[in-house]
Amino acid sequence: MTVFEKPKSLTDAPLHYCPGCTHGIIHRLVAQAIDTLGIEGKTIGVAPVGCAVMAYDYFACDMVEAAHGRAPAVATGIKRALPENIVFTYQGDGDLASIGMAETVHAATRNENITVIFVNNAIYGMTGGQMAPTSLPGQVTQTSPYGRDVATVGYPIRVSEMLAALDAPAYIQRVAVNNVKHVKEAEKAILKAFRNQVEGRGFSLIEVISSCPTNWGMTPEAALRWVEEKMIPYYPLGVYKDQTEEGTR
Amino acid sequence: MAKVTFATDLCKGCGLCVTACPRGIITLSREKINQKGHSPAEVTDGSKCIGCAFCATMCPDCVITVEK
Amino acid sequence: MAEKVLMKGNEAIAEAAIRAGCRHYFGYPITPQTEVAAYMAKRMPKIGGVFLQAESEISAINMVYGVAGTGKRVMTSSSSPGISLKQEGISYIAGADLPALIVNVQRGGPGLGGIQPSQSDYFQATKGGGHGDYHLIVLAPASVQEMADMTVRAFDLADTYRMPVMLLADGTMGQMMEPVILPEAVEPRTEEKSWTVTGTEGKRPHHIINSLYLKPEILEKTNIERFERYRTVEEREPLVETYMMEDAEYCVVAFGIAARVSKNAVKAARDMGIKVGLIRPITLWPFPKAALSAAAEHVRAFLSVELSMGQMIEDVELAIRCRRPVSLCSRTGGMIPTPEEVLTAIRNMTGGDKA
Repeated sequence: MTVFEKPKSLTDAPLHYCPGCTHGIIHRLVAQAIDTLGIEGKTIGVAPVGCAVMAYDYFACDMVEAAHGRAPAVATGIKRALPENIVFTYQGDGDLASIGMAETVHAATRNENITVIFVNNAIYGMTGGQMAPTSLPGQVTQTSPYGRDVATVGYPIRVSEMLAALDAPAYIQRVAVNNVKHVKEAEKAILKAFRNQVEGRGFSLIEVISSCPTNWGMTPEAALRWVEEKMIPYYPLGVYKDQTEEGTR
Repeated sequence: MAKVTFATDLCKGCGLCVTACPRGIITLSREKINQKGHSPAEVTDGSKCIGCAFCATMCPDCVITVEK
Repeated sequence: MAEKVLMKGNEAIAEAAIRAGCRHYFGYPITPQTEVAAYMAKRMPKIGGVFLQAESEISAINMVYGVAGTGKRVMTSSSSPGISLKQEGISYIAGADLPALIVNVQRGGPGLGGIQPSQSDYFQATKGGGHGDYHLIVLAPASVQEMADMTVRAFDLADTYRMPVMLLADGTMGQMMEPVILPEAVEPRTEEKSWTVTGTEGKRPHHIINSLYLKPEILEKTNIERFERYRTVEEREPLVETYMMEDAEYCVVAFGIAARVSKNAVKAARDMGIKVGLIRPITLWPFPKAALSAAAEHVRAFLSVELSMGQMIEDVELAIRCRRPVSLCSRTGGMIPTPEEVLTAIRNMTGGDKA
């Protein structure tokens, strides 16, 4: 019996991500959720600008490539046109929490019935490691070479906490993929975020704390330790909002 | 009896499966280099595998299939 | 025979769009086009359509991009500063070869400018506006009737050529009321196309709506293929109205509201014995080069009348390869020339040799 194999909702295209980048794990979890719910045929994904820009080649469902930060607006258009379809966005921290913050907040406050997968690795990966809205205080990046100075560039944004302050969104949870236990939790969270949409519950966002070994300048293994020791203390895991039946019971 | 299979040419040799394996039976190959130029992961002693799929859970590239 | 009703230009656009089968509208309030959004807000919920006030023009155009990928008719409207914000999305829509309608009810600029009518977005509309190699089809109505008719035409052209179309009006056209015969209503189209994202249903490989081509040779090929399509548009779709051009020795070129003012001036000049006619480009892209070039055979001089510091004049000069002098009569910043001002410009063009 097969215990584990590649989900059907992923294509055979080899992922372009750097060795040890956990984008691949998150792609797989999204594909697993789509497989589990049997919704591949009616799912439409929206890819971001950033490292995951070519996500459209990896997911086997119909895909749309959005401009930087605009995925929630594009997803809104698709969902309004095709309310019976399942629409998700897959976005990084620069895309979702910097240039696309307005789109994110407003899709959330409309309780747009979409699923948002938010990959937070505290850096701009695709452009070579610049400071992100989620880079940690003191974190050295290409554009914060002396460490993120909160006095001049401000503090990292805790997206899940911020969106949870809105009345509307159905479900907000932060997870991580730095070890097997956390991946299992992330799997459940992402499945729930898709199921929420199938059940018409509205806006679900799963923030996934991810790693960037290349731009953090670490081995893949050390990067996962950094997630545990530095990222998770600043970005505590957990459910920040649950207005689904389970959450309100 | 559990069995893990690696799609060796997709492996990027990141080693996350090596760390995840509770039996310590995965290693990055010292002899082989795959199409991409990486040293792929391989199992040293298949008889010790318990089919927990921890390796596959942590693999970012869907390289690993686990059967039991 | 369809009934004649009195309508504002902006409302005529909205009603015509609905009758053309458009059921998706996304916008953001800005003067002087807000009536389009207000009309849609009232009507769309009653007919099972979607009206959504977006958080910004940027979001609105990206919602349009999302719907356009599903193959359904979709539009947005705005005015000059808002259209600038939409340029990113318009470039993506053009790059992904999607049909959509963008309405620009122009006001004075640059910057926040003013709220009075203008034609100073001509360059932006006809030369690209956003980044990259692309064109929009640009239609310039000159009456409320044309606002309605060209809205329908815009959707048809967008679908035929799989490209975004801009209706380039101005604050006067948007705000003024005229009798209009509304187009026949058609049902929204539902057929799936070879490129739309509607879910694979497990029956076909996935479709991807995209404008990213990392291999330069592929991007080049894609752009060249797109421009082959544009060439067809340039051959088939230029539209002009000509007025008193048969025996004309002088030619006024003007579009939209400027053409209406100019027509009065041409009449007055004819009364004074000046053999002048009017060419009114209805499509600004494709620019009616052939009509102008043909006119240059028998016309001594051209006069471009515009509500800008002079933008279309460059296309007039190019179209006639500078074979004849082209002068400019312009008001800008929200001002509209009077027929008398245009008449004076016509007389100056003739060197005052008549009358």
